[in-house]
This record gives sequence, structure tokens and C-alpha cells, in this order.
Amino acid sequence: MTTTEIGSPRRRKEDARLITGRTTWTENVTLPGMLHLAILRSPLAHARITSIDVSPALETKGVVAAFSGRDVADVQGSLPCAWPVTEDMVHPDRPPIAVDEVRFMGEAVAVVAARSRAAALDAIAAIEVDYEPLPAVLDMEQAIAEGADLVHAGKGTNKGYTWVFDSAEAGTGGDAGAAIDDAEVVIRRRYVQQRLIPAFMEPRSVVVDPTGDVYTMWSATQIPHILRFLLAVVTGTPEHKVRVIAPDVGGGFGGKLQVTPEELIAFVAAKRLGKPVKYTESRSESLVSAHHGRDVIQDIELAARRDGTVTGLRVKLLANMGAYMGLVGPGVPILGAFMYNAIYKFPAYRFECSGVFTNTTITDAYRGAGRPEATYAIERIMDELAVELGLDPLEVRSRNWINADEFPFTTVCGLAYDSGDYAKATDRAKELFGYDELRQEQQARRDSGDSVQLGIGISTYTEMCGLAPSRVLGALRYGAGGWETASVRMLPTGRVEVVTGTSPHGQGHETAWSQIVADQLGVAFDDVEVLHGDTRTSYKGLDTYGSRSLAVGGIALYNACQKVIENAKPIAAHMLECDPADLEFTGGQFRVRGNPDGGKSLADCALAVFAAHDLPDGIEPTLDADAVYDPVNFSFPHGTHLCATEVDTETGSVTIRKYVAVDDIGRVINPLIVDGQVHGGIAQGIAQALFEEAVYDADGNLMTGTFVDYTLPTAADLPAFVTDRTESPAPDHPLGTKGVGEAGTIASTPAVVNAIVDALRPMGVNDIAMPCTPERVWRAVQGGAA
Amino acid sequence: MIPPSFDYAAPTTVDEAVGVLAEAGEDAKVIAGGQSLIPLLRMRFAAPSTLVDLGGIASLREVRDDGDALVIGAMVTHAAVLRDPLVNEHLPLLVSATETVADRQVRHRGTFAGSLAHADPAGDLPAVALVLGASMEIAGPGGRRVVPASEFFVDYLTSAVAADEVLVSVRVPKQGAWVGSYQKFNRVAQGWALVGVAAMVRRENGSIAEARVGLTNMASTPLRATATEQALAGADSREAIGAAAARVAEGTNPSDDLLGSADYRRHLAGVLTKRAVAGLV
Ligand SMILES: Cc1cc2nc3c(=O)[nH]c(=O)nc-3n(C[C@H](O)[C@H](O)[C@H](O)COP(=O)(O)OP(=O)(O)OC[C@H]3O[C@@H](n4cnc5c(N)ncnc54)[C@H](O)[C@@H]3O)c2cc1C
Repeated sequence: MTTTEIGSPRRRKEDARLITGRTTWTENVTLPGMLHLAILRSPLAHARITSIDVSPALETKGVVAAFSGRDVADVQGSLPCAWPVTEDMVHPDRPPIAVDEVRFMGEAVAVVAARSRAAALDAIAAIEVDYEPLPAVLDMEQAIAEGADLVHAGKGTNKGYTWVFDSAEAGTGGDAGAAIDDAEVVIRRRYVQQRLIPAFMEPRSVVVDPTGDVYTMWSATQIPHILRFLLAVVTGTPEHKVRVIAPDVGGGFGGKLQVTPEELIAFVAAKRLGKPVKYTESRSESLVSAHHGRDVIQDIELAARRDGTVTGLRVKLLANMGAYMGLVGPGVPILGAFMYNAIYKFPAYRFECSGVFTNTTITDAYRGAGRPEATYAIERIMDELAVELGLDPLEVRSRNWINADEFPFTTVCGLAYDSGDYAKATDRAKELFGYDELRQEQQARRDSGDSVQLGIGISTYTEMCGLAPSRVLGALRYGAGGWETASVRMLPTGRVEVVTGTSPHGQGHETAWSQIVADQLGVAFDDVEVLHGDTRTSYKGLDTYGSRSLAVGGIALYNACQKVIENAKPIAAHMLECDPADLEFTGGQFRVRGNPDGGKSLADCALAVFAAHDLPDGIEPTLDADAVYDPVNFSFPHGTHLCATEVDTETGSVTIRKYVAVDDIGRVINPLIVDGQVHGGIAQGIAQALFEEAVYDADGNLMTGTFVDYTLPTAADLPAFVTDRTESPAPDHPLGTKGVGEAGTIASTPAVVNAIVDALRPMGVNDIAMPCTPERVWRAVQGGAA
Repeated sequence: MIPPSFDYAAPTTVDEAVGVLAEAGEDAKVIAGGQSLIPLLRMRFAAPSTLVDLGGIASLREVRDDGDALVIGAMVTHAAVLRDPLVNEHLPLLVSATETVADRQVRHRGTFAGSLAHADPAGDLPAVALVLGASMEIAGPGGRRVVPASEFFVDYLTSAVAADEVLVSVRVPKQGAWVGSYQKFNRVAQGWALVGVAAMVRRENGSIAEARVGLTNMASTPLRATATEQALAGADSREAIGAAAARVAEGTNPSDDLLGSADYRRHLAGVLTKRAVAGLV
């Protein structure tokens, strides 16, 4: 194999159409006779619907139909949860349109179908609903206290589940409780992961066409395959009569890893009316009703010896599920469970998480899903341990981390970390950062009492990605497997079509997959077309999330390419009149070993099987191949991120002066795409540290319902990132690659908050709640100084 | 969302616009750049029967030199303010404040006059108009009238422009010997001001002879910090400036909301005033 493409910073072939918008966004799909839907949403967090009358809407101009949850109660089904994390998990019914009770602000209560979107919007205002308000359950600790008001009265509890991992019970480590009781030092902290909103760029949109007996759904989703399966199951439609198309999709970050009420509503409406329907949410609807992320209270106890060696870790979480269980929502904190021990050789660990219902929008996967939370907690508390022991925070880390010669390393959670070199990444990061100089400057500013203080924050992270070995998922009670598929089709002219089961929504798969295929098959980058997202062309796949597409789907693609070469070999041998065993395939040519001229390319073979005039006996006339790959392990990227912040103690304003990210994601297919993923990931992690928070008031009204209040940062709020990489190839991947989709988000949040706290340490500050807004930082300075 | 339906008029003269407004009645609304009005319509917080678009009135796009002042037409956009050579020469404070408004897209359509007429207390330009001593020329059914900035901002989202009137132009005295600074504090670069301070000083013999301080988002209207202004007169040291700045929150009534508490806003106003003025001497 020649590698002219792999490793080259190719510009993304999909960008021109994505950037100009001249493409198949779902909102761009227009069908003859299509009706437009508008959804009336609950203005209250918790209420009984005492009466609802949709008839005034029917009298509005252009309206074709209007219905409430009650009108479709027997056909609308209930939204699925694919990850019942415990056997006894409470999983209340979740009708797409509320029937008797609304349980969060923004829940759908009625739907109008009209000839234009404007008419539909005018009409929903006419619908009459009477609500009898019920007490809103908002605070997680109050929700699980004795005698609390209930989100689901019929369930008798607000606790959805409690999931425990204990290394002593699992036989993977010692007893964390004993370690804490016997420890020389114990650090106890509570950290709060505020609620975030994924805020993908393209709002959710869905079109359903019920022509004939086939239902075709276009949806701005990350998961067309999972959606097709669940749509069939939930609506009772035969699976072969359901086609789902995820056309070009404008971002997701986990926020489109969901089967949504809106998708089912559109399906039900199309079925009822026998006409194509479209629904596209407004940004305000998106912020209040698309699933949120994070919202976890973390109580952490870290036991250590005075020399800095950690002896045990105990973690107790309350995870806010919102009003119902989302598609994988209950499992999100469980994904994090395996990451609290991070890059360290902790000998004992206990994790306990309770999922709690509240009258809020559901939470579910958001970039990193469980792993940013875990990384934040451990990287924050390692700093606290360093302060307690008077050690440099990097020193405390290196005393505990897994050394390069110890891989593969089985952690206290039982995971086998594949490869890595934490010291190397850290050394490189320090060098790029100018660690020692910045420490000197920090001291100088402290000495002079500068009103702008400097802080240095560290995050040495790892993560598990490439979701996931199907058996492991099964053991965790996840509803699906973790394999991935690829098909490679050789066209008669030598061009190549690739069908992938991954579902890109901005990641650049078309480019990276083309690079891989070009190198494997010796064809030109531009001669490869990557098809995805339509269950008619890509009938099998498990879609895109959890940094899995290249880490898992890339292997399927690689394997399919090898099969194509194997298929072509006897044909090339026939043409070259030699024994297949004498052939080698390099640079896209089959040649007789030792003879540099007169080879046959795959294109020659493709044309030969197309004509099929002269093939060896018994040969099937095709080169095409499919592969399905089930990973043997997760992959474990890692890295060291260093952040220097300037904190204006007069205003509380935080400026990131320098940010260095050295990531080790194994072998890189396209450095430009990787940089993009890292930049975007860091931006979202910084957003959690400094800017974003979804806030509910005491009645359960979402206060951050627009981008005026939900302060999403843009490029203008972010520094220039310095990025570099070390390379520990993934041993389980033929191309050596690991995932990179979430690394930046996982790593950056603690680096930033550690830097702010580090700046203010001399003022007695040892924590600031996220997001570290100027006001919170200023108050910490006031409180700390007092 | 999309706005409820409305009628649309595109007059080509100010008189015609006034006529259309009179005809259309109370529910009609003037639209300039639409950067504040369109969001209100899309959220369905407003549902005017008729929109009277000033975009077709060519004369409103002019910036004119009127001796000791510039006259800025109602359809002069933020972007045009930033580019205009006269404004750059004579009103550098307006230029630097306008640079902090929103983002390029919004500045490309939004107008200087519109942001005054809209009278959003968080808007950056009302406080700047106050300290610059601007005055507004308004046309209505009864003819034209001029209202000084000090009387123009009536209440939250309410200016002196009545429903049947059109703000025609803003007359802004040239800065001359005055130097100015606008300090804006926001959560994100494109965000509205938590607090903003527009400061102008005239120096004489190394100290401040006269000062004007205007505040953004410290009450339901922009306002002048008169106690600070008086204390600044004659100030000749950092300490004196600091002491004057510390009085800036007197008489203010900032809101207490998600983006910042009232206490914090008062504190910020002091810090920003100190920085604005210190940067000018
Ligand atoms: C995303 C975003 C961010 C923004 N950020 C900022 C910011 O940081 N700082 C800031 O100061 N502003 C900000 N703005 C507002 C922007 O500056 C607007 O341009 C300005 O407030 C209004 O100007 P306009 O021409 O768009 O007015 P329009 O939206 O057209 O009108 C606003 C109101 O004023 C009335 N009106 C306008 N012109 C006249 C006239 N000539 N006569 C009579 N009535 C009139 C209209 O009837 C309407 O009620 C932001 C806007 C957006 C969309």
C-alpha cells in the first residue's frame, strides 16, 4: 500500500455544498402537496391538561388538520429508551404529544397541519388549552428526598435508577471505602456540571412522505439506521416499509442522537393525512425542547498518601434525566463511570450514580457524553491534592499515571488501555506552552499585586472512544451493538462508490474515507464517492457518535478494500497469464512479483468483470465487497492540554492568554480535519467552563430560551489554539487510528477552570462554579479576599 | 419562527412616509434596518398591521457636514458610520462605540437612528448620543420638530418618536477638543452590554476641565452620571479619577437578571468609568 493520501491535509470535498447551503438540508426538501406542521408547546413545567380544544385552529385560513395528544393517543406510541441501565429502571411512557399531563416547558401539546408554515404558526395560537398547574420538581436533591412532589405520580419516585460499580465487587481492584478510611489524606469536593444545550447549527427538521405503503422520512439526525429500526418498532410499521434519509446534516454534537417527538409527530401526521408533511423547529423551540446535556452533581472523595500516590477514589453522582428517559440518556453517566480513574493507576474505586427525574427538558448525549464530566472531576481534584500536598500539579499526576512501558494496562474499571505515552505528550505541551516562563510571570504578578493575575491550568486526559465492542455494550444493557459496516463498489470505469454505515453531520467522512480508499486501492481521491445516510443505499449501520466513525467504521472500510483487492486478484492473474500467488498489489497495480512493468490496475479488473467476456472459470463477475467490523476494544486517545488565563480581579473577566493542546489520537488520516475537530472540541469545552448554562427559574421556566441569554461563544471569544500531536498507534486498528471527535471537549473544560482557580489561589479561592462568569469570578475574589 | 402577516409600504420621501403612517393608523410601524424589529416580529412579540420601510428614501442615507455638527440620516447604517470619512474625522467616539455593536451582519443593516429610536437601554449608542449632545429631527403630521438627546429617551423601549412620526436625522456636534472613550462589558463578543460607559473629557493644563459620562444599561433609559461628571471637573490624578468614578452608580437603577446582578453592574460601572477616563488623560 502506498500512503500518498493518508496523512495529507486534504481540503474537505463536502465543504463547498455545506457552506453555501446548496444541498439537501432537510429543510430544503419540498414535495408536491406537502403540508407544514406547527407544534403548540407547553408554557408550564408541570400541569394537568384539563381541556384542550383544537377546533378554533381549524377555522384559521390554510389549515388542513389539527390534533391533540388525546386525538392520537392510541396511535402515537411512546418514545423509546435504548439504554435501560438497570433491570428495574423506571421508564415512564413518553407520548410524543402530551395526553393528560405536561412535564416540562416546551413539551408538545397539539399539532396543526397547514398549507404554509406561516398559516400553521398563526393557527396554533388559536388552540385553547386549560392547564391545572402542578408543583414543578426541579432540584435533584429535593426530588429524591422523602415526601417530594413527583414528576410521574404513578411511579411513586423521582429516582429512575441507581447504578453502581465497585472495583472490590467486580474483582478489578480494592475497596475504595477502606482506602478512604485508611488514607493519610482525603480530598472531598462537590462539583456541578451545569446543564448545557448542544446548540447545533442546523435546527432539527423532518419531512415524511407516505407515498404508497412506504414511509420515507428525511430527518436532520445523526442516527438514520437506529431511527429506522425504532420507528418501525414504535409505530408497528414493517421495517422494510420504512426508509430514513439523513441528508446533509448541520451538526449534532450528540444533540441529534435521539428519536424525537417531532419525528414521530410528523410520521403520525403524514399517516393520518396521507400527505407529505414537514416540520422545522425554530431556534427558540430547539433550545427548549431538543435534548440538553450534562446536569450532574458530583461528590468526589480522593484518598492518597502524603507522597501523592492515590490509594482510592469514590464517586457519587446525581444525574438529571429531565422529565423522561431519553434514547441513551440514562447511560450517559455510565459511560463516564469508566473514566474517573482517567490516566491513573488507582488501586480502588467505587462509583454510584442515580438518575433523577425533574420537570425539565430531557438530558442525553452531548459531545463527550459522561467523559467530560469524569475528566473534569478528576482533573480538578488532582489539582486540589497537589495544593494539599504542596506539590506541582504535574508532579502529582506523573506520580500516578500509567507509564508508557506499562501498556496495555488494565485499569481499576477493568478496561484495557491500548497504547499511549503520557509523559511524552506532557513534555511536548510544556515546551510549546513555555510552562516555566509562565510560572515565573505568575509569581511576578503575585508579588506585585497586579490587578490582572495569571493562572495555569492542566488537563492530562484520556477517553474511551470507538464505541464499541458489542459484547461490552450488551453487558452494560445497551440496546444495540457497536459494529460498523462498509461496502466498496468498483464501477466499470474504475471509479469507486463507498457506502458507509456511519452518518456524518459535519465531520468530513467523505474526505477521510476517500483518502483511505485512494491509498488502499490506488485510485485517485476524486474518483471516490462516499454515500451515507439513506437506508436504501446504506441499509445497515450504527451511525455516528462516540468518536466511533473512523475508529470502527474505518476498519470496516479498510477490510472491505482488502476484500476488493482479493476479489480482483484472480482476474488480474488471468489477464496477466500468471498464478495469482505470484502477484503483488502496489500503487494500484497488480504485477508479477519482481517484474516492474506490465501491470493491471483495479480499473482494468473492474472493466473486465463488467464485460465478463473472458474471466477465469467459476469466478463471480464482481469486485465489490462488504465488511462488518465489531471492535475488539475501545480506543483510548489521550493528551495534555495546558491553559493560561489572565483574570481581571477588578471585573472578574477571564481571558485565555495561551492554550496548548497536544493530543495523541494514534495515526492521523487528515491533519486538517483533526485540527478542526480539536479546535471545535476545545471551543465547546471552553464554552462549558466560561460561557454556557441552561437555567430554569423556580417555576421551571427555561430562562435561557434565546441566544441572548444562552451565551454561546464564537470565534471572537476564543484564543488561537496551539495544537500538536504525539503518535501512539492504536494496536487494534489496521491504520493505527483512534477517535478524535470528542477529545477537545473532554480535555479543555478542566484545563480552563484549573487555570482560573490557580490564578486566584493566593486569595483563598479553591473553586468557582461553572460557567465561571465574570460575576462569579468577581464574587470569588471578593469572598476569597475577605 | 416567522412573523404574522402585515401590509408593507415603501415610500420614497419622508412626507410620503408620514402620510402612509397617518393612513395606516396606530398599528403601523416604521422599519429601518429591521435588526431589532424583525426579531420582535419573529418571536411574535409584535404584530403591526403595516410596516413602513424607510429603505427607499434615498436622502436618509446621507451624512452631511453642517458646520459645527454632522447630520446623520435615519438610514445610515452602523457599517456606513464606520466607513464614513466625516464621522471618522469628527466623531471618533461614535466610531469606536459602533465597532462594539453586535456583529458585521447586524451592523450592515442596523441603523444608528434606529438604535436611538428603539431606545433599548442595553443599546450602545443612546448613551453615546447623550454625551455627544446629539439632537433628533422628527417629522410628523404636524410638521418637523427637534428633540435633544437629553429629552429623547423616555422609558424602556420608548423614545420621543410617536407612533405617527419618523425620525429623520440625528444632528451630532463635532467632538472638537473633546476626547472620548466607550467601554463596553459583555459576556460574549457579540453580546449586548451588561454595562457600558461613554466618557468624554476636555482637558486644560494637564487636568480635566469638563467631563461627560453616559451609562448604558444602568436604568430603563440611558443616563448621565452627573455626580461623577462634576467630581471629574478639575481632577488631575488617578486617585481623583477613581474617587469620581466610584460615584457613577448614584441615581442608577440597573436590572438584576441572569446576565448580571444589579450590585455587580454598579460595581462594573465604576471600574469601566475609571478605565474610560484614565485612558483619556
Ligand atoms: C444579534 C443582534 C445583536 C445586536 N447587538 C447589539 C449590540 O450589541 N448593541 C447595540 O447597540 N445594538 C445591538 N443590536 C441592535 C442593532 O444595533 C439594531 O440595528 C438597532 O437596535 C436598531 O436599528 P434598526 O435600523 O435595525 O431598527 P429597526 O429594527 O428597523 O427598528 C427598531 C425600532 O425603531 C423604530 N425605528 C427605527 N428607525 C426609525 C425611524 N427612522 N423613525 C421612527 N422609528 C424608527 C422601529 O419602528 C422599531 O420600533 C443587535 C441586534 C441583533 C439582531
